[in-house]
Amino acid sequence: MKYVLLICDDESASPSNEELDADPVHQAWEADLERRGAKVFGARLRPVVDATTVQVRNGETLVSDGPFAETKDFVGGFVVLDCADLDEAIAIAAGHPYARWGGIEVRPVWE
Amino acid sequence: MGPIGRHLDRPDRDWDLAEDCAQDAFAAALVTWQRDGIPNRPGAWLTTTARHRAIDRLRRDTAGRTKLRELAMLAREPQESSVQEIPDERLRLIFTCCHPALPFEARVALTLRTLAGLSTAEIAKAFLTAEPTMAQRLVRAKRKIAEAGIPYRVPPAELLGQRLGAVLAVLYLIFNEGYDEQDSRRALTAEAIYLAGVLARLMPTEPEPRGLLALMLLHEARRATRTDDGELVPLELQDRSRWDQALITEGVAVLDEALALRRPGPYQLQAAIAACHATAPDTATTDWPQIAALYAELARLAPSAVVELNRAVAVAMSDGIPAGLALVDELAAAGRLDGYHLLPATRADLLRRAGRVAEARLAYEQALDLAPTEAERRYLTRRLREL
Repeated sequence: MKYVLLICDDESASPSNEELDADPVHQAWEADLERRGAKVFGARLRPVVDATTVQVRNGETLVSDGPFAETKDFVGGFVVLDCADLDEAIAIAAGHPYARWGGIEVRPVWE
Repeated sequence: MGPIGRHLDRPDRDWDLAEDCAQDAFAAALVTWQRDGIPNRPGAWLTTTARHRAIDRLRRDTAGRTKLRELAMLAREPQESSVQEIPDERLRLIFTCCHPALPFEARVALTLRTLAGLSTAEIAKAFLTAEPTMAQRLVRAKRKIAEAGIPYRVPPAELLGQRLGAVLAVLYLIFNEGYDEQDSRRALTAEAIYLAGVLARLMPTEPEPRGLLALMLLHEARRATRTDDGELVPLELQDRSRWDQALITEGVAVLDEALALRRPGPYQLQAAIAACHATAPDTATTDWPQIAALYAELARLAPSAVVELNRAVAVAMSDGIPAGLALVDELAAAGRLDGYHLLPATRADLLRRAGRVAEARLAYEQALDLAPTEAERRYLTRRLREL
């Protein structure tokens, strides 16, 4: 099954890419993904201050700054997984450092 | 209806039952086959699955007319024939139905539908929900099992403790939903006892399913004396001659089996506390120091302010009212039980025993404002009047 992990937090922690690379929890998570051979693709996203939302209403394109939903937590990255089942996706999500202060949303891919 | 329905119609002569069970077998097949591929003879697989659900259902209906004790024993006895062909079938179903990725109420409904064999209409009635709403809840849950890839299996060792806890929570909720009611939802306690018995038999090396079964049997034994004419009767005033001795004996025996495995857990501890009460001739001779110690251990394993409140009562009964009151006041000061009626109710009871009438009156009035059921309000009102 394919899943997308949406890696979310409130951006208050906001470690740099270098800090994340040096985080032993993040390293262990990367190693776990490697061992399982489950990662299809993944990327970290820039913070929501850099986000732009586009909507088309009555043929008119509305462009606004910021994220689509005004919530406390935002998507800060995503990973596309190919793994056995939801329990394996949950196990992978639980190993991500953001799970400790933010949360990981596990979404099955509509295939 | 295809060959599977016709096939089933012969052994049990109950068309609705056969159809329901065949539907469940299809639902189960959907998830299993998606994972493991289609078996060599799918028809045989479905027939076996459907038949053993029919047997379960018939057993449940029959057992409903007999004593609950027999029901629990029946569920724990080794079974013959069809069940053994797919030994892990029901266990996998229990864990799939109670997967934490499903909404809690859907877990409860799925468990009753798939494992206890209740019809959608029966479940809807038990939870005071419209049948189409309940049907939709079940459809959504089954769809999520398939679409989100919830595995159809008994979880591996590293997940078992946590996931078994989720299963036991569902069964205990089903029990409690029926326990507080007078008549209409009464059948839910019988279903819960039956399912806990099945789980205990299917997982003979796990102590907590037996702990839960024992807890249910011991609670059930005292059910008839818990209220009198719609008014709550506290433990010390219950007529112990009316407690069901057969259920108590069975509950204690099941608890002993669990304790022999030497891995204590929250349900075993709660059952042990219930057993202390159930086997004592009266309040005065109850082993309160033992109960206080069991609550302390329970608070360590499963920390909760409600458990601490219960421990305070046991301490009051064993070490004297002031010691118990001190614990209750600590809890009140911490504010973790704000709005919970049993905090002022417990305080009122201890103050009354200590002869501190004015304070007791105030506490009873606070409890009355918060009490959620009519039975409790009537009890508190009478206590207040008798001060």
